[in-house]
Amino acid sequence: MTTERFALPARILHWLMAALILAMLLIGAGMVSTATSRYPELLAWHRPIGIAILILALIRLAVRLTHRPPPLPSDLPPLQVAAAKGSHYLLYALMIGMPLIGWAMQSAGGYPIILWKGVVLFPILPHDALAYGWLRFAHGLLAYAFFLLILGHLGAALFHALIRRDGVFRSMAG
Amino acid sequence: MPSPTPRLPRMALIAAILALVILVFAWVGGFLSPGRVGGGGLADALQAANGKVYPGFRRAHAKGLCVSGRFEANGAGAALSRASLFPAGSVPVIGRFSTGGGNPMAPDGRVVFHALGLRFVLPHGERWHMALDHTPIFIASTVADFVALQNAAIPDAKTGKPDPAKMKAFAASHPETQAFLDYMKTAPLPSSFANGTYYSIDAFRFVDAQGQSRLVRWQFEPETPFAALDKATLDKQPSDFLFDDLLARTKQAPLRWHMILVVANPGDRTDNATVRWTGPHRQIDAGTLILDHAATETQGDCRDYNYDPLILPKGVAASDDPILAARSAAYSASFRRRTKEGPRVDAVTSAHATGGGQ
Repeated sequence: MTTERFALPARILHWLMAALILAMLLIGAGMVSTATSRYPELLAWHRPIGIAILILALIRLAVRLTHRPPPLPSDLPPLQVAAAKGSHYLLYALMIGMPLIGWAMQSAGGYPIILWKGVVLFPILPHDALAYGWLRFAHGLLAYAFFLLILGHLGAALFHALIRRDGVFRSMAG
Repeated sequence: MPSPTPRLPRMALIAAILALVILVFAWVGGFLSPGRVGGGGLADALQAANGKVYPGFRRAHAKGLCVSGRFEANGAGAALSRASLFPAGSVPVIGRFSTGGGNPMAPDGRVVFHALGLRFVLPHGERWHMALDHTPIFIASTVADFVALQNAAIPDAKTGKPDPAKMKAFAASHPETQAFLDYMKTAPLPSSFANGTYYSIDAFRFVDAQGQSRLVRWQFEPETPFAALDKATLDKQPSDFLFDDLLARTKQAPLRWHMILVVANPGDRTDNATVRWTGPHRQIDAGTLILDHAATETQGDCRDYNYDPLILPKGVAASDDPILAARSAAYSASFRRRTKEGPRVDAVTSAHATGGGQ
């Protein structure tokens, strides 16, 4: 049984980013599916939310490194411990990697990275069309991987909350 | 851990929550709406109408030539928009002249539909991309019509050519498409890239320094006097005559166009690119586009940009014309595909390498 909780900043960041990342995955899936005016509107939201997630993810990484998270229940099977640890490394990698790939690919594509009208972010890669092509491909592919990982994360959280009832869910929810 | 209540209903609840999340994602992503067309669907339609995929090339306007120069604003455009293009001064421009169609090797005489992509390099990282056509009107007014039109142009498996009856039937039920085809047939076409007028096609929303917004179309009018293309001898023209002509002209002297902003009158259609604005309009000459350098796509620096008409600076925004968002989505899909395939040597460069050019 876990009775400890995540530090308050970690809990706030978790739920704020959960909402933003889920919104971002839906915006991304929605915008490539349509050629109506929703396409440019969703694209305009995709860039600033992506940069916001990058900033929050870096703050969260700092919080994670300075605050020890509650220990996992001692009776958790080793395979589930490995899955929990591995999936969290991947979640951090994607939270930071996806916005960076998005920013890098738009840079390589020669696009202005418009946060909002009149405010343009500097490029982080030189103009290179082939690099754009592959980074854009990776961005789409990793978005699906991210979605599957979040489904697994949600499923595991619910498993802890409803089946094992071991306090892991409450350590983030409470 | 032993549980006081049966596990099965709670397992079912977890499965239901996960299924709901997947369902929402599938719904938003269009997986439950097979009729929804995105940029990828538009690129698919263009590829089908082309008869095949030409890897590394644009799915439309595949044959092109690079140009560069500058835009000298005279300050007058600031009356309509606070865009940083309009205050008096000069900004660098690159651009790409192209012919229509998706075959990058097509002879110029077969596709005399001209277009011009422009990329204005504005201060503070802003860019203004334009995709202009030498026709003042577009061929279809909605995305569904555009897809249907591409489908009508799919080459027949036996003849290798589109079925003329299908195109006729489409035009018969779409007077705006017939009007475009009539325009291409009857209006004199420019004999060169240099003496054509290039139109924004769609309307855009211009916002001035006071925050007042107006709907505007614009066109680049050439200083080079208009001369008509002899449509009767098109088949006898050399394969790259339009592109070679432009390369030769820019070696002689810079080419100049005036950017004429046209403000919508009450009652003008601003949501339909197939309808011309007729009669007198408030017009402003905002400055001069000066193109003084041309190079083939392989040697120049224009190929690897997306002339997406919705890459706009502050002070200019999209109108409610549905074709505008569709162009943006389709160009992006084409850009995604061709950049990943990697660039190929363009027809004009190949012709010069084998001594076919001038």
